[in-house]
Amino acid sequence: MVSPILELKNINKSFGHVQANKNINLTIKKGTIHGIIGENGAGKSTLMSIVYGLYQADTGSINVSGKEIKLRSPRDSIESGIGMVHQHFMLVENFTVIENIVLGFEGEFVFGKKLEKAKEDLQKLCETYKLNIDLDSVISDLSVGFRQRVEILKSLYRGAEIFILDEPTGVLTPQEVDELFKILRSLKEEGKTIVLITHKLNEIMDLTSEVSVMRQGEVVGHTKTTDTNKEKLAEMMVGRSVLLRLNKAEAKLGDVVFKVENLTVKDDLDVTRVKNVNFEIRSGEILGLAGVTGNGQTELLEALSGIRKVESGAIYLNDEKISDKDNLLDPRELKEKGLAHVPEDRQRMGLVTDFKAYENLIFGYHDQEPYSKSSILRDGDILSFSKKVMEEYDVRPRSPQLITSNFSGGNQQKIILSRELNENPKILLVGQPTRGVDIGAIEFIHQRLIDMRDKGAAILLVSVELDEVLSLSDRILVMFDGNIVGERVNKDVTDRDLGLLMAGVA
Amino acid sequence: MEILPDIASLINSTLRISTPLIFAAMAGLFAERSGVIDFGLEGKMLAAAFVAAVGSYYFGSPWLGLILAMIACVSLSMLHGFASVTHKGDQVVSCVAINILMIGLTTALAAAWFGQAGLTPTLSDEQRFLEITLPFADALRDVPIIGIIYSDILSGHYVFVYLAYLCVPIVFWIVFKTSFGLRLRAVGENPSAVDTAGINVFTMRYKALMINGVLIAFAGAHLSTAVNANFFREMSAGRGYLALAALIFGKWHPKTALIACLLFGFTDALQIRLQGVELPAIGTIPVQLIQAIPYVLTVVLLAGFVGKAIAPNAIGQPYVKER
Repeated sequence: MVSPILELKNINKSFGHVQANKNINLTIKKGTIHGIIGENGAGKSTLMSIVYGLYQADTGSINVSGKEIKLRSPRDSIESGIGMVHQHFMLVENFTVIENIVLGFEGEFVFGKKLEKAKEDLQKLCETYKLNIDLDSVISDLSVGFRQRVEILKSLYRGAEIFILDEPTGVLTPQEVDELFKILRSLKEEGKTIVLITHKLNEIMDLTSEVSVMRQGEVVGHTKTTDTNKEKLAEMMVGRSVLLRLNKAEAKLGDVVFKVENLTVKDDLDVTRVKNVNFEIRSGEILGLAGVTGNGQTELLEALSGIRKVESGAIYLNDEKISDKDNLLDPRELKEKGLAHVPEDRQRMGLVTDFKAYENLIFGYHDQEPYSKSSILRDGDILSFSKKVMEEYDVRPRSPQLITSNFSGGNQQKIILSRELNENPKILLVGQPTRGVDIGAIEFIHQRLIDMRDKGAAILLVSVELDEVLSLSDRILVMFDGNIVGERVNKDVTDRDLGLLMAGVA
Repeated sequence: MEILPDIASLINSTLRISTPLIFAAMAGLFAERSGVIDFGLEGKMLAAAFVAAVGSYYFGSPWLGLILAMIACVSLSMLHGFASVTHKGDQVVSCVAINILMIGLTTALAAAWFGQAGLTPTLSDEQRFLEITLPFADALRDVPIIGIIYSDILSGHYVFVYLAYLCVPIVFWIVFKTSFGLRLRAVGENPSAVDTAGINVFTMRYKALMINGVLIAFAGAHLSTAVNANFFREMSAGRGYLALAALIFGKWHPKTALIACLLFGFTDALQIRLQGVELPAIGTIPVQLIQAIPYVLTVVLLAGFVGKAIAPNAIGQPYVKER
């Protein structure tokens, strides 16, 4: 029997009227990788912030290695051997690696001997765990994957025995995920305990030996990973059965609606990011655009939606040229011609997060009837419309008066989708439709996109989630370094095949 | 005509005029590096000048006046902290409130206590700081070069002038060579990182504001108990804002901020000397035009010559734990 290293008993935590954690009991065994899975907003991060001392629980107790500890600030939990790698890294970007690591644990007022000692110790840790970090490099020069390693090294240096990782793979490329998993496994071999918070089922199955499931602030299940499977876990997370594979009918292809010819686009720094790209989309078709982040997809999507200038080439909608080097229809004109755009970054481009939901639901159409007459907004009509679409798209909570930033990621995305799909666009450009969205909402959003396709819309789906591209698209393009490096019909394609194309190897 | 004494006297006044700017810029550096905008340097400098003059007048010691000025400025900094750190108010608004309040309060209190609006009684020599003649200054005066540098430029300043130039390397050392400095810079860049390292963000910002209050008190005392022998209305005359400009121009770094302060001090010294001077072919330049030089320089430098000044990342943002 392995002894428990971390025990949580009857933890309760409320923020105002929202109870984020209800009577949580959780036992984590020493030397294991323990997964905590749940949808966004299930209370995973809150729970772990309590364990890390960032929040104080309303009731309950926490034991580390059998001894009860009082957590008033992160300092207490660090001293109890708990380390946390946050979803958003807690690093000072213009500091060096070593400055970030010793911060708060300098051990001396004037830097000198202790700093030299720290450097030696850190070098040793880097070798033991093959972290390969240059201690003197500045954080802003490091890739996301390396920044995460710095976070891990930071916890190691502070003597952590328990490592909490909050959604560690959300920002990593597939290769970086592999590297991370290697590091986590070697930590486990050294006898460390790892708590992995995630909403990705694959990671749980790959890495953990035990898994706890959270839903709406409660732990609803606990099991050995070998005794369960993805479908069972998904069902526990959502509280009902989930279709992990979509049911979709054969595509009924119509005419070419959207055509891109020799398109070249530069980014803000004048670097060519899209290089001579050609493709077309037919009505009733979903064209998936796969690729690792930063290979030109963002700039392509911006050019197609009228936000970014075209360097050369042209874009056609229903045989009418809508953009070339000298002419660029703005998003409003494109909208009138039947183009809708669900941007990649919903909080920056898709929504005004400080506005109320009903305002975001009509943005872009706000000057049209029935939402306004003679330039005056008609609140009554807007609200009744909002209630209707929030029902239809299952936006929760159904409060049009609520500030948009208070909705979860999935529900924010539903707000954008309902706005963009409501006008029945001929061509729909969708970027990362389910990034940071929980599994129940993913299923819903995917189904909506399929419905649009079956109604005859042409859809361009840009996504870095390979699973998403594979399950939705009829045809798949792969983008690498600004070029379309491959085209596949979705019937005869494998993950491996696409993976090689994405890496620029094939 | 001998040009050397002219240059010596120009440098001498540059050193003197830059002094309050340096103290204010260093004070601002602590606040802003910790992530708290300090637009209130002006108001605090004015308060310090007033309190130092009044304190020295009542208690007969300029040092006591300085200490009282420190207490006053630290209190004002704490007020700023209470509004903008603890209660997460808008930092600029809090500063503007302090600035406006101090203009009114110093004038009103002077009127109430001394019967003259915005004027305190003239201090006697015992009640103010006097110029310090460095040892052997008179003896060395006739030695070529060294005599000019030592006796005419370095000697004969108020104590604050020496303290100001001593203060800059100390600030540099604290900010870049100590753990306190590391935490200070971190809290202005990414307070969440500091919080998760187990350091209290609010305590750090209050500590920075405390140092800020102490340093700005020197600037004010220099004005009313050293260079002048009394306080008069709005005697800080925009130096707080100028120091803030120097801080930005110096990219929140003590060394470059010092250079910026010296540059502003030099243009001011120059404009004083240029007043009334007849230039060949041009004639006398109007006084107003000459007086505008430091301000024109500020605008020009800030508008383009500096390049992009990168402020501490979290400046102006109250720290709120993420939910």
